This record gives sequence, structure tokens and C-alpha cells, in this order.
Amino acid sequence: MDILVFIQNNIWAIANMTMEHISVVGVAVGLAILTGVPLGIAITQNRVAADIVLYVASIVVTIPSIALFGLLIPVLSIINQGIGWLPAVIAILLYSQLPIIRNTYTAITNVDPALREAARGMGMTPFQRLLKVEIPIAIPVIMAGVRTAVVMNIGVAAIAAYIGAGGLGLLISRGISQTDPRQLIVGAVAVSLLAIVADWVLLKAQKFLTPAGLTR
Amino acid sequence: MIQLEDLTKTFSTPNGPVVAADKVNMTVPTGEICVLLGPSGCGKTTALKMINRLIMPTSGRIYINGEDTTQLNKFELRRRIGYVIQQIGLFPNMTIEENICVVPKMLGWDAKKAKERAAELTDLVGLDPHQFLHRFPKELSGGQQQRIGVIRALAADPPVMLMDEPFGAIDPINREIIQNEFLKMQEVLKKTIIFVSHDIDEAVKMADKIAIFRGGKIEQYDSPSQVLAHPANPFVADFVGSDRTLKRLRLLTAVDVRDIDAPVASMQASVEEVLVSAKSHANRIVVLIDADRHPVAYVTADELSGATGVVSDFAHDLPTTVPVGADLRAVVSEMLSHDTMWITCVDERGHFAGVVTQPAVTAALGQKSSSVRDQATDARLANV
Ligand SMILES: Nc1ncnc2c1ncn2[C@@H]1O[C@H](COP(=O)(O)OP(=O)(O)OP(=O)(O)O)[C@@H](O)[C@H]1O
Ligand SMILES: [Mg+2]
Repeated sequence: MDILVFIQNNIWAIANMTMEHISVVGVAVGLAILTGVPLGIAITQNRVAADIVLYVASIVVTIPSIALFGLLIPVLSIINQGIGWLPAVIAILLYSQLPIIRNTYTAITNVDPALREAARGMGMTPFQRLLKVEIPIAIPVIMAGVRTAVVMNIGVAAIAAYIGAGGLGLLISRGISQTDPRQLIVGAVAVSLLAIVADWVLLKAQKFLTPAGLTR
Repeated sequence: MIQLEDLTKTFSTPNGPVVAADKVNMTVPTGEICVLLGPSGCGKTTALKMINRLIMPTSGRIYINGEDTTQLNKFELRRRIGYVIQQIGLFPNMTIEENICVVPKMLGWDAKKAKERAAELTDLVGLDPHQFLHRFPKELSGGQQQRIGVIRALAADPPVMLMDEPFGAIDPINREIIQNEFLKMQEVLKKTIIFVSHDIDEAVKMADKIAIFRGGKIEQYDSPSQVLAHPANPFVADFVGSDRTLKRLRLLTAVDVRDIDAPVASMQASVEEVLVSAKSHANRIVVLIDADRHPVAYVTADELSGATGVVSDFAHDLPTTVPVGADLRAVVSEMLSHDTMWITCVDERGHFAGVVTQPAVTAALGQKSSSVRDQATDARLANV
């Protein structure tokens, strides 16, 4: 009961925090797509580069988020942005690289060699091949990478409340510091719900973007 | 016309250089099908792919209709050459229509013209455009996909086609059907085609000329009947098989060996009269025909001799008949299964069209000189 009353009294604040949360993850993953997909495609051309890039991206995700925020504070302090929205976005951008680059790379390299051969034999340029054949076929796997990135980073964004990035993590951090179980529970449930809903929406987007010929 | 001049490809591998094509020289005249044949790894695919520069030649020249292709932009070159592969390679994200229109679009055709072309070609291979053009590749059977693979290569009407084991992935029954369809199409389209196969039967069936490869070199480049009748060396003889004489049966039809003047008579003819013509003929039989010239029965000289009356009293049913267009393999097979030394031919309307005897078949196969088909080919070439 307490909890429902709390939600009722704070509904606008919660909605506001949800929007902040979405904006951090949305902007960061959006930028991660713009960088990770081209990078994932580029490294299909060179085995050594692919190994290096994927290795670095894997190292990045092993850094605990708190530690990463800590690392970013002195760096971004130079431009007076040591805490707040920007370091949160940058951290999530970095964490998102691995699933997006790896899925893009895997999807493109797994395109049936016969299709590539047919495309080459018909006189498509490498760019036409990418645009007309390889990317459309890779879309479902790339989108799966985006979903992983979003779900994983909705959790990371919750922790970013500690560096002043706002979002639903605020409820959790206050719940802990004020030993208020209502805030803690509402915050935790809201973060989980947001992750589930985001995953579902992206799954719909994935189905929508996948060429009909691959699913029918 | 396609000319290969000293075409050579050396792959450098960790185990040292591999010569996949070694000074390959050949000329494929316009409108002919040349089949590259040979055991696995002999360099057929390498030779083929150098023509559309999917593989860069180490040295040598390729001319298409007299034009040296090394000077051409490789993308433009490929768009002017139809290319079909064993794995078909239809793009799963595109409809059948989009697949067929890929090359026309790259060549800047107007969309309407490209679509009309797609419909026309789909129809040509016996698929209903309304039903198939808007489907996706995986909604088609393997045989249907293979047909689309072929017409996709034909879409921009290229003068030259390269086909790497195009029918290799299809079951034998469908393969036969598609091969026949393709030959029928080729009679009209008259493309210059290089076709890779490792199936001697397919090669004999499809080829105007066969090039037999071993270790990157051409061992023999000849018409199918020459390759079968006169293998250039023991390797070729071994490759085409010890049954190569039987394989030549497919190159000849009943028309080539039938005796059109074999005696015939009506059912009501007198024994004496028919006996004379039966004895005059090596086969010593006379086919009896009805008023419409349909063969209905036969009589033998032995049974007629000394008898009188009408021949119908001595008539036997014909064991079977064959169409004059049938190939000799089918004809001989009929003879063997009916345990007979001769067989009656009929034309499309079922009229008597001569008799084929086993000695005539043997004589045709034993011919030292070039076979009937060769003479026909030579005559055609002389007219070009
Ligand atoms: N990219 C490559 N690198 C190194 N060696 C190659 C390469 N491609 C082909 N070869 C070698 O060249 C030779 C000829 O190969 P090719 O593919 O032309 O044979 P093929 O006659 O088409 O055989 P198959 O009937 O099995 O398709 C083989 O020994 C093969 O191992
Ligand atoms: Mg091959």
C-alpha cells in the first residue's frame, strides 16, 4: 500500500526520471550504432584489425561501471563535465560497442559466400554489395546486438545516478541512503520494467526492419 | 566469340605456388556451348572465373568478340556477362523480380522495361509471372530457384554466359528437364556459353565442344563425338569411361541410321509379292501398314516362303515403335528390352518412318570418319 501511495504522490517525478533514463541510454546507444556498425563492417576486411578491435571492446566491458565513471571524471573535468549527463552517455557508448560491433562483424562475415560470389559475378561494386545484400541480410543480427546493448545499459544508467546523471537510479540511490524501501523497490522495479519494455519495443523494430524474404 | 590466349593462373599458397591454369588456349565460337570438363581441382572454375575477372589472371589474354577484356572496368565487364553458379545465390532479401532486375538496374534500364523483361523471362522458363515474381527465393523449390538463377543471368541479354556447374545441385530427374529446357532456350538465344561440369553425360548432352582439363592444362578440345570416338590420349579415354561408345549413342538419333527405304506392304497384299521385297532386303522382314501408313504388323521372309494367300495370315504384332527423333540410346534400349534386332520408326503423326536395325547402329558407331552430328556442325560453321 505504502508503495502505491508513494507512486501516486510522485508520479510526475518518476515519469521525469524515466525520461532522463531513456534519454541517456537512447542517445548513447544511438551514437553507438552510428560508430559500431560502420566499425563492425570495416573490420570484416582485415582479420588482424578485427581481432584487435573486438579484443579492446571486450576489455572495455570488463571494467566495472563505477570504475569507468571514476576514470572519466578527471578526463571530462577538463571541459567541466566531470559529472552529470555526459560521462554517463560516454560510458554507455563505450559499453555498447562490443555487442554492436561483434554482432555486425559476425553477421556480415556469416553472409553466405555464394551470395557474395553471385553479387560479385553480377558486377556489383563492394559498396552496392554491402547496401543491397550484406546489410539487409545482417539486419536481424545487428538489431539483436542493439537490444543487448540497450538492456545491459539500462542497468548501467541506473548506476550513473551516482555521478549526477539523474534517471531512475536516483530512486535507488536515495532509497539506499535514506533507508527508504519504498523508493528502493519502486526504483528497482521501474528499471527492470523499462528494460523489459525497451527489449520488446526493439524486438518489434527488429521484425519491422528485417527484409520480408528472410522471415516469411 | 570468346578467345583465351595463353591464360595462366598461379596461386601462391603456404605450400608453394599452385598452377591452376597453365597456358590455356581456346576459342569458343559465337552461339556455341563449350563445356569445361575434368576431375576435381583440375582448374575448370579458375579458368571460368578469369573470364569475368573474379580471379585475376597471372598472365595471358581474354578476348570477348575481339575485345581485349583486360582494358575494361571489371564491374562493367561482369555486368555484360551472365554468371550462374551451382549454389544459385538468389538474394534472399529480394523478391524474384528484384533478383532478376539487379543487373538491368545497374545498367540503368528504365524500371518498367526491367520488370517487363523479368516477366518475359519467367514465362520463358515455364513459371507464371503473376504467381512467382513477387515471391521470395525461399518460397520456391530448388528446381524453380535454379531456373530463376539462369534467367537472372540472362536478364540484361548478355552475349556471353559463364555457368559453373549450374545444374549440379539438382536431382537427376529435374536436372534432365532443366537441361532440356536450357537447350531449347539456347536454340533461340544463341548465347556464347562456357559451362563447367564434371559429369561426362551432361557434357556430351550440352556441349558443341568439350575441353578436357587436367592439372590446369587442356588435354583435348573437340566436339563430343570426337572426344568419345577418338580420345586424344589415355587420360581422356579413361576420363570419358570405358563405355564411351555407348555414350555416343546419345549423340545420334534414329533419323541418322534408319533405313527409310525398308519395304512396307498393306495387310491385303499377296504373299508372293511381299516375299519378293522381303528377300530383297537384308533384314528379311516387311512392315505392314494400314491405309493411313500407320505401321501395324510385320511378316518375315522365312515364314512367307512357299506359302500362298494374303500376308495378314502370317502377320505378327509389332513389338514396339520409336519416334524418329529419339536418340539411339533410347532406341537401343527399346531393342534390348524387346529382344529384337530391328525396330520400326514413326514420325510425329504416327506414320511409318523407316526401320532401325542393330547392324545399322553398330555401323554408325564404328564409323572411322566424323559422325553425322559433326558433319552437321561443320556445315553450320561453314555458313557462318
Ligand atoms: N584461391 C585459391 N588459392 C589457392 N589455390 C587455389 C585457389 N583457388 C583454387 N586453387 C587451386 O587451384 C586448383 C584448381 O582449382 P579449381 O577450383 O579451378 O578446380 P575445379 O576444376 O573447378 O574443381 P572442382 O571440380 O572441384 O570444382 C586446385 O588445385 C585448387 O586447390
Ligand atoms: Mg569448380
